[in-house]
Amino acid sequence: MKKVYKCELVSKTELCPGIFDFVVKAPEISETAEIGQFLHIDCGGKTLLRRPISICDFGEGYVRFAFQVKGEGTRELAKFEVGDMIDMMGPLGHGFKMTPGEKAVVIGGGIGVFPVLGLARETDSAVFLGFRNKDLVIMEDDFKAVNDNVTICTDDGSYGYDGFAIAAMGEYLLENKVDMIYCCGPTPMLKAVKQIAEYRNIPCQLSLEERMGCGIGACLTCVCKTTGKGMAEHKQVCTCGPVFDAKEVVF
Amino acid sequence: MGKLEIDYCGVKFRNPIVTASGTFGFGYEYNDYVPLEEYGGFAAKGLTRKERAGNKPPRIAETPYGILNSVGLQNPGVETFAKYIMPELAKTFDTNVIANMSGNTIEEYAEMAEILSETDVALIEMNISCPNVKHGGLAFGTNAAVVEELTREVQKRCKKPLVVKLSPNVTDITEIAKAAEAGGADGVSLINTLLGMKIDINTRRPILANNMGGLSGPAVKPVAVRMVHQVYNAVKIPIIGMGGVASGADVIEFMIAGAKLVALGTAMFAKPDLILDVKREINEYMDRFNIDDINDIIGTVELN
Repeated sequence: MKKVYKCELVSKTELCPGIFDFVVKAPEISETAEIGQFLHIDCGGKTLLRRPISICDFGEGYVRFAFQVKGEGTRELAKFEVGDMIDMMGPLGHGFKMTPGEKAVVIGGGIGVFPVLGLARETDSAVFLGFRNKDLVIMEDDFKAVNDNVTICTDDGSYGYDGFAIAAMGEYLLENKVDMIYCCGPTPMLKAVKQIAEYRNIPCQLSLEERMGCGIGACLTCVCKTTGKGMAEHKQVCTCGPVFDAKEVVF
Repeated sequence: MGKLEIDYCGVKFRNPIVTASGTFGFGYEYNDYVPLEEYGGFAAKGLTRKERAGNKPPRIAETPYGILNSVGLQNPGVETFAKYIMPELAKTFDTNVIANMSGNTIEEYAEMAEILSETDVALIEMNISCPNVKHGGLAFGTNAAVVEELTREVQKRCKKPLVVKLSPNVTDITEIAKAAEAGGADGVSLINTLLGMKIDINTRRPILANNMGGLSGPAVKPVAVRMVHQVYNAVKIPIIGMGGVASGADVIEFMIAGAKLVALGTAMFAKPDLILDVKREINEYMDRFNIDDINDIIGTVELN
């Protein structure tokens, strides 16, 4: 039987204004978690629905996740303090599928960098992280601690590579052959990465996001459009994803 | 006979708690959290004659104490359900399955009733009120004469108890309930969702891709209780009550208003194991008021 857990918040850090990094004690969740899966969190306050938040990292007895305050749910979630118990379901969904020995590109944009930290550690990969500007660069130390080939990119050139992470990745792919591209980020990034992957014939996995209800596949609200026919034209992001084969996703 | 047992249209329910169609998939998802045998029964995802891909996302938006949805009846179609899904459900779970169907024409409804009658479903719930399908639901459910004719025609080819699911988006729900009863319905269920809308003031666009959607959750509960009460006084056929039910107290309230079965829905999205709390609370209530048989509270509201 799956369960709903109450997990103690043991560490809370504000990475930059409005972006929070939480670590909770969650032995059952950490035991079965996979990179790319998510937690479905009761944020409290007047919210009725849980909010899906990707797992950033996990280890012996703990789970780490991070989020940006965007609406009512995340605003409530940000109010939790160390020692508080947070009600959550998880790990939910399908994570990234890694193949031993593969050479990969890991690309993340904005708050989409959180779910790909584990990939930067577990794969032989070049990592490209994109942010709007220097002030919004997050997780740089975390990524550089686990991967020797991390390129930080800023859209306005105020830090690191001057331009989109997609451009930096494009340049890298001209010189290097890879077996897989892993991506999590805003929709324009996902879309561009899918196009590049298809053009260069590189397998690619995308982590998607959608407004969600139950989180377990029953309510059919968090769907994305896919190449499937009939009922399969729309697939639940919560259970069929959140990680999809890029070939299957239609933007 | 257990103290929570209910007879609904000749079908035995272990307890009065069922689920609302469209909130519970085909049961498997929630069975991972609580065995389906804990429920009196469950309503499967709404079916149509042919499979449907449903509406574009976003399909859900949170509103004060409620949610709006516009799934658009994404489903595998009645034949797939009858041939593959229902036989598997019957083999796997010892509980009542309520099939829910929506059609575009009377003939379509009748065909679906015929197909579902050959399966192990306990009840057939006829959705005449889904507000999401442009050419379906709303027109049937808002016109009493049409509801009576539809119910009569479907009942001719239906071998299972037929429950008509009523829309709250009408001027007088008792007129529609009476029409369903006159047409030969074995029961009615209510309420379906209330048509609503949410607009993002920054983009001036509705949140839902479909622009409008069905409101459910605690926000609709008082409307649902009022309508169950009114319908209970207007017809003799038994009622399945639903709309914002989130606790044992809510189930009791709907039963006092006149419901024989009560469905959980939206509240399970946040609490997939809600049924356990609900049953515990009902048992505590019955102990507190020395009630030996849950049937004794149905329709017992004492008006001021």
